[in-house]
Amino acid sequence: MVRVAVWGSLRTATDGAAEVEVEAATFKQVLDALARDYPGLAPQIERGVSLAIDGVIYKESWFTPVRADSEVVLLPLMAGG
Amino acid sequence: MALDEHQPREFKVVGTRPLRPDGIDKVTGRALYGADMTAPGMLVGRVLRSPHPHARIKSIDTSAAKKINGVKAVITGADFPEVRKGEARNVLENCIAFDKALFEGHGVAAVAATSAAAAKAALRSIRVDYEILPHVTEIADAMKPDAPVVHQGFVEENVPAGHSENVITFAEYGHGDLEAGFAKADRIVERSFRTAATHQGYIEPHACLASMGPDGKADLWCCTQGHYAARAFCAAALGMQESQLRVTASEIGGGFGGKTTVFIEPIALMLSKKAGRPVKIVMTREEVFKASGPTVSSESDIKIGMTKDGRITAASAQLRYQGGAFPNFTIHMGSQSAFAAYDLAAVRSRGLNVLTNRPKQAAYRAPGAPMAIYAVESVVDELCQHFGLDPLEVRLMNAARKGTKSSYGPTFDDIGLIATLNAAKAHPHYSAPLGPDQGRGVSCGFWFNFGGDTSVSLNINFDGTVSVVEGNPDIGGSRASISMMAAEELGIPYDRVRTVVADTNSIGHNEVTDGSRVTFAVGLATIKAALAAKKEMCARAAKMWGIDEDAVVWEDGCAKPAGANAGDHDPMPLARIARKSPSTGGPIAGHHEVNADGAGVSFGVHLCDTEVDPETGATKVVRYTVFQDAGKAVHPDYVEGQMQGGAVQGIGWALNEEYIYGPDGRLQNPGFLDYRVPVASDLPRIDTQILEIPNPGHPYGVRGVGETSIVPPLAAITNAVSRAIGTRMSQLPMSPPRLLAAIRGKAS
Amino acid sequence: MSKIHVNTSINGDTTEFLCEADEPLLNVLRDHLHLTGSKEGCGTGDCGACSVTMNGRLVCSCLVLGAEAEGAEITTIEGMADGETLHPLQRKFLEHAALQCGICTPGILVAAKALLERDPDPSETEIRYWLAGNLCRCTGYDKIISAVMDAAAEMRGG
Repeated sequence: MVRVAVWGSLRTATDGAAEVEVEAATFKQVLDALARDYPGLAPQIERGVSLAIDGVIYKESWFTPVRADSEVVLLPLMAGG
Repeated sequence: MALDEHQPREFKVVGTRPLRPDGIDKVTGRALYGADMTAPGMLVGRVLRSPHPHARIKSIDTSAAKKINGVKAVITGADFPEVRKGEARNVLENCIAFDKALFEGHGVAAVAATSAAAAKAALRSIRVDYEILPHVTEIADAMKPDAPVVHQGFVEENVPAGHSENVITFAEYGHGDLEAGFAKADRIVERSFRTAATHQGYIEPHACLASMGPDGKADLWCCTQGHYAARAFCAAALGMQESQLRVTASEIGGGFGGKTTVFIEPIALMLSKKAGRPVKIVMTREEVFKASGPTVSSESDIKIGMTKDGRITAASAQLRYQGGAFPNFTIHMGSQSAFAAYDLAAVRSRGLNVLTNRPKQAAYRAPGAPMAIYAVESVVDELCQHFGLDPLEVRLMNAARKGTKSSYGPTFDDIGLIATLNAAKAHPHYSAPLGPDQGRGVSCGFWFNFGGDTSVSLNINFDGTVSVVEGNPDIGGSRASISMMAAEELGIPYDRVRTVVADTNSIGHNEVTDGSRVTFAVGLATIKAALAAKKEMCARAAKMWGIDEDAVVWEDGCAKPAGANAGDHDPMPLARIARKSPSTGGPIAGHHEVNADGAGVSFGVHLCDTEVDPETGATKVVRYTVFQDAGKAVHPDYVEGQMQGGAVQGIGWALNEEYIYGPDGRLQNPGFLDYRVPVASDLPRIDTQILEIPNPGHPYGVRGVGETSIVPPLAAITNAVSRAIGTRMSQLPMSPPRLLAAIRGKAS
Repeated sequence: MSKIHVNTSINGDTTEFLCEADEPLLNVLRDHLHLTGSKEGCGTGDCGACSVTMNGRLVCSCLVLGAEAEGAEITTIEGMADGETLHPLQRKFLEHAALQCGICTPGILVAAKALLERDPDPSETEIRYWLAGNLCRCTGYDKIISAVMDAAAEMRGG
């Protein structure tokens, strides 16, 4: 199980929880599990998200491994200029 | 990626300052920019733009235009195939209207003709039947429950109920107990701020040359920060396969984020398709201001609590951004970055994004961050002033560091903020005396930096020189840095390496040149490609020597036996291996494709001294120093250049630049006379100090540097000016009339 | 309306061209004579990217009509180097990294050359005010000033 931090404006989809637990071992499994267990998150995941895993931001890195003790933070898709 | 293949080392090329490869073309006028290309049979393309900020388009009659001698094609939005809902559709609709003109300057039709005169006559003859609708250009107006709805269908599912349909995005970040935090403060400051939209102000207007053949294959030449993105947007707009569209990036005359999308390219391609001839479109300066991508404008409400010894106990921000008539996610980045420089137990940022009758916003260096951090750093300064505390000491006390849970969620690894703050504190600028009417301002800045999809090919030419082929338009001198990294890795002189930016057919996909990503990601891929080439060259040397591949290493630009046991062979330089490569197996190359992650965040601190004339409200920037963490400065001149350039853009943003809309919803100042960017006589020297706290995610420790430097100036200048005049300013720009009003208001 | 036939000299070369009455010199240079070194940044004389000299005087070529070039001596960025040999200003711009995107560079070089021809020893303030009509968005002007001062010193024999 991996703990994923969810940002404030998404917490209506997690019953107010700032952190949720999902069964996942990779970036993609985290996103799939979130969309499945918390359907309210699906539209944002569809719009695009990144994951910060132990402080490093991954944009679309399906097979990046995630450990049970990893810090995983859901972030929107971001871009620079 | 891990640093395990590379140990910290003495760099031979990285860190030096060689001449850039494209320099001579640029100082002689040989370099070809977007508007410099021509083609046989080329037509002039021009766009008809809506004079109304909001109107339903009832009909467009182009029949008269088609009859004008020399006119070869006339199009409207209806000529484009249906594009699926999403960003590609939004980008296209921002170029050319579908059923509504959404902003003054919105393209509604376009023509291609054999001369500028014929094109102009054709535009004049087009009859558009507009049903004028009420418009909104300001955030507060657009949010009102009875506001005219700008563009339906974009409200996101988590936007709280009760807002106008123009409010489409809700963002919230943070952690901790705000109420408890504020209760611990000795003083709480609550203040609201406003910033106007600004423009990146690149001196080169958008320009492109499109040529589509009857077989549906097309060539597009354009000035762009990302020719793969241009390809994707245009292919979607034209309903064609990406492989049928070859995009070549010209030299680019500035971008800063504003050229990461398309405004005229799909139009040029469609005109070319209809006319059967190449079509060139060049935007006028007025079109650039009205119909390319300015920044968001903002309103923010900041509340920060501090103890009398300078500890921030709680902080909150409410941000409201507008980015034109289409969605964008800048509000997220603003909300995330607002408090990023601080180590806080209780912090929250909330943001709303609002639609207005303005053109679709585009990135400008660190999109969303400058306006949010401006407000936060102003309030921190106000609290420092109140308690009589040193602004840098307060930043140091509260600074984010390794192990800090950031305000947007992730825990920071090694970051350079404290080192940067200490460097500022130790600098002579900080202790220099101030004169009459002068004030000193300090601000931190932050940006995420990104990696992204990257493809690089590194070819060992038979004459021993090296060609690096990459796909990122060079907006700041990156070709030099990439050549330097290749030379460093291969152990050969810099002048034996040539880096070129290839077209979309010649190398794999590359993310746009944005997010301060090129030196980081393309550099990383180049280093990996060089490693692959070295491996092959070692294998060739091994074959030539008749020894095991594992017994050969690469050192100082040569293949060498790994040890005495491998045999007595003189080192074989790259040039020899290259010359013999046809006989040893064929041409040698290394390549690397990656979606690079691991870009490090970048912090900066700016110090500035300003002098405000109490009689005119004019501000003179007397002294300015930029401190920034570059991880590892590959080419220090170009790192300094980014620091100085971003700082000056920020100075313009703070003091003079703004989009001024009239009650008629029209842009009042679409030209460089009245949209006043800094000129040489406005400025002092911009001193720089580069810090190097290596980024563990890059083989040489590189961090992106291009964007962070636009973030601190807004508050650094505001804090300096506020202290100089003795009144806290809370609106940008602080143009002379506004300062004069503040000065007089304080006196009365 | 028929075009106007103009005889002029550009970078020392005798040149003739046809242009419309209302056509700016900048358009003539770029579109008819294929001298694309001068750039259009604004078309209204605000940015200086189109700077050329006309009879020794620094002008914005977007504000000069092509027809006005009759009998005049025009110099552009293309005439600054002597074959392979760069002008000291061009060399110093490279050495000091005084350009990033380079779009303003031709105009600034033409303007700086015009300055040094009338004043070989300008102060930093004088250089800044002389170049105030040339917008640069990339560099913040800092390295441009260094390059011009260094070139001036070299040209003085320093």
